[in-house]
Amino acid sequence: MEFVEQFIVPKFNYWIYVVLMMIGMHAMIAKNNFFKKLIGMAIFQTAIILFYVSIGVKEGANIPILDHHMMPGEVHANDPVIAAKFTNPLPHVLMLTAIVVSVATLGLALAISQKIYREYGTLEEDDILSQIKLEPND
Amino acid sequence: MGEQAPIAIVLAPLFGALLIAFVGIRFKALCLPVTLGALTVSLAATIETFRTVLSEGEFIYLISGWERLGEGKGISIGIEYRVDAISALVLLVIAAVSLLVAVYSRTRVVAETPDRIPYYYMLYLLLVAGLAGMTITNDAFNLFVLLEISSLTSYALIAVGSRRAVLSAFNYVIMGTIGASFYLLGVGYLYIKTGVLNMEDIHAVIVANDLAESPSIQVAFVLILMAVWIKMAFFPLHAWLPNAYSYSPTTTGALMAPLVTKVMIYIMIRMMVTVFGLDYAFRATLGMPFNWSNLVVSLSSIAIVAGSVMALSRRDLKKMLSYIIIAEVGYMVGGAWLANERGMTGAVYHIVNDAFMTLCLFLAVGVFIARTGDPRIAGMNGLFKKMPITMAAFTIGALSMIGLPPTCGFFSKWYLVGGGIEAGQWHFVGALLFSSLVNAVIFFRIFEIAYFPKELSDPAPECTDPDAAPVATLQRTPLSMSLPLWISAIALIGLGIFNHTITQWIGSALGSLKFFPPAG
Repeated sequence: MEFVEQFIVPKFNYWIYVVLMMIGMHAMIAKNNFFKKLIGMAIFQTAIILFYVSIGVKEGANIPILDHHMMPGEVHANDPVIAAKFTNPLPHVLMLTAIVVSVATLGLALAISQKIYREYGTLEEDDILSQIKLEPND
Repeated sequence: MGEQAPIAIVLAPLFGALLIAFVGIRFKALCLPVTLGALTVSLAATIETFRTVLSEGEFIYLISGWERLGEGKGISIGIEYRVDAISALVLLVIAAVSLLVAVYSRTRVVAETPDRIPYYYMLYLLLVAGLAGMTITNDAFNLFVLLEISSLTSYALIAVGSRRAVLSAFNYVIMGTIGASFYLLGVGYLYIKTGVLNMEDIHAVIVANDLAESPSIQVAFVLILMAVWIKMAFFPLHAWLPNAYSYSPTTTGALMAPLVTKVMIYIMIRMMVTVFGLDYAFRATLGMPFNWSNLVVSLSSIAIVAGSVMALSRRDLKKMLSYIIIAEVGYMVGGAWLANERGMTGAVYHIVNDAFMTLCLFLAVGVFIARTGDPRIAGMNGLFKKMPITMAAFTIGALSMIGLPPTCGFFSKWYLVGGGIEAGQWHFVGALLFSSLVNAVIFFRIFEIAYFPKELSDPAPECTDPDAAPVATLQRTPLSMSLPLWISAIALIGLGIFNHTITQWIGSALGSLKFFPPAG
């Protein structure tokens, strides 16, 4: 119980991302069907996005928007800026790029698997490998 | 113009790709001129940058002029480009190789992928932009984005090839995504601890706060190392490479084989030198009874021997070359991890040399396959008589791969062997010599077949695989194919003759680094 309190509860975001990542990696490596591999790839990349998003979060912090539209004479609520009051926006911004990258990877991989289906008539790795074995090889 | 040269290296191919997207799709004849133009601008900008480095030494280019904040060196808030003698050399290799392969592609792309010419050149330019950007950037996250740009384009460039190429492209997507994701994760761990993404700033924060012992930094180190090893096909993470390079279109193989693995090795050296620092890289032990230097050099020895042995048993020319690349990756990784200046110099010098050796051999093999239609070594029967000039260029490339003076392969191997002896890593020295011997066996066997024609027992190779065979065999080698081949062959001798100058450039960038004392 002590182990759970010390190592799992305070760091549960890391545990979730590691478990998700391992599920994705298992699917990418062990699954026979190419679509299942791609679903694994999507889970794998999403786990990393979850990791990044969770490291930007702070307890009791707000969204990182500075309020510049105050009435004249009013005291500026965010002046001086206290970093602890805002979540760190940088990891989230980085993940916007990473999401775009993972969408592009998935799209490309789907296009490639479509081409594989046209060439071999199946998306099962075993069937494709047995087809290749019949072809002349080096 | 001169000040803006570093950004022009990356922007020229990027805008070239956009131009093809708008114009080339309507007017197919304009695709190649636009590609050549963009790459020429990129090469000119690279030469300009190189001259700046030679006169002023290492410098930093601020994108959009975002100045650093704070006193002293400060913290970077924008993306920076950083050029030193080593990255300038790698940039020069990228620009030169991509321009030569673009010239070479004139007839090949039309013959092999006639319905996809604009898309092919668009991807080609984006790949070059990604590789150049990875080499020049000083921002760890920017490197990830450019890594993905170059990976995505190379998956697509492979997949346009034959029936088998599509399958190897899929395997490459899976492996490449694991690699890139590991890199992203590693950068995440670095960011948790340091709060910065600029490579030099990360190093400064690690040193200033004494974070070297932190588990997060060690995890980041291992993840980033695994990522670059997957991407550079370091044995035993090499499985994606041979099929991807040998079944892809001729031009793709000739562009990717010299550049992609070499740029990844440069990234590894960059991570070791700039981000973690050599002291950290060679000493970090994770509390285990070995140090990284010994472990990685042993792995490289295994990679060299395994790559050479696998190359020996191949009958397909391109596949044989692919396994030689895997052995060569072992040379460079081992050289970089020998933990002395001679080994590191050899590794960087070998990046340049290996790029041109691989280029020369892949271009020559492309010519053979275009002329004979046979991708097997046996198909080279009597080629010395049929195309003596191409065969001569192939011979220069092969001799350089074996490591005979005055070709450049000899000199970089000399540095690597010297570094191995200095570090006392005798198994690495042995593996290098073994690999040279195996290369000699492989290539002299080819020379024998090509010089003394034999009656073949199975002389009908055309009908083996209708999809893999090139569309039509050429009667003459066009100038657009022989010229790049000859320039690369002459470059091999030139790089060998000017070895002293080149190693001095490399030394000027490495001079300030403190290397580990020789392992006892």
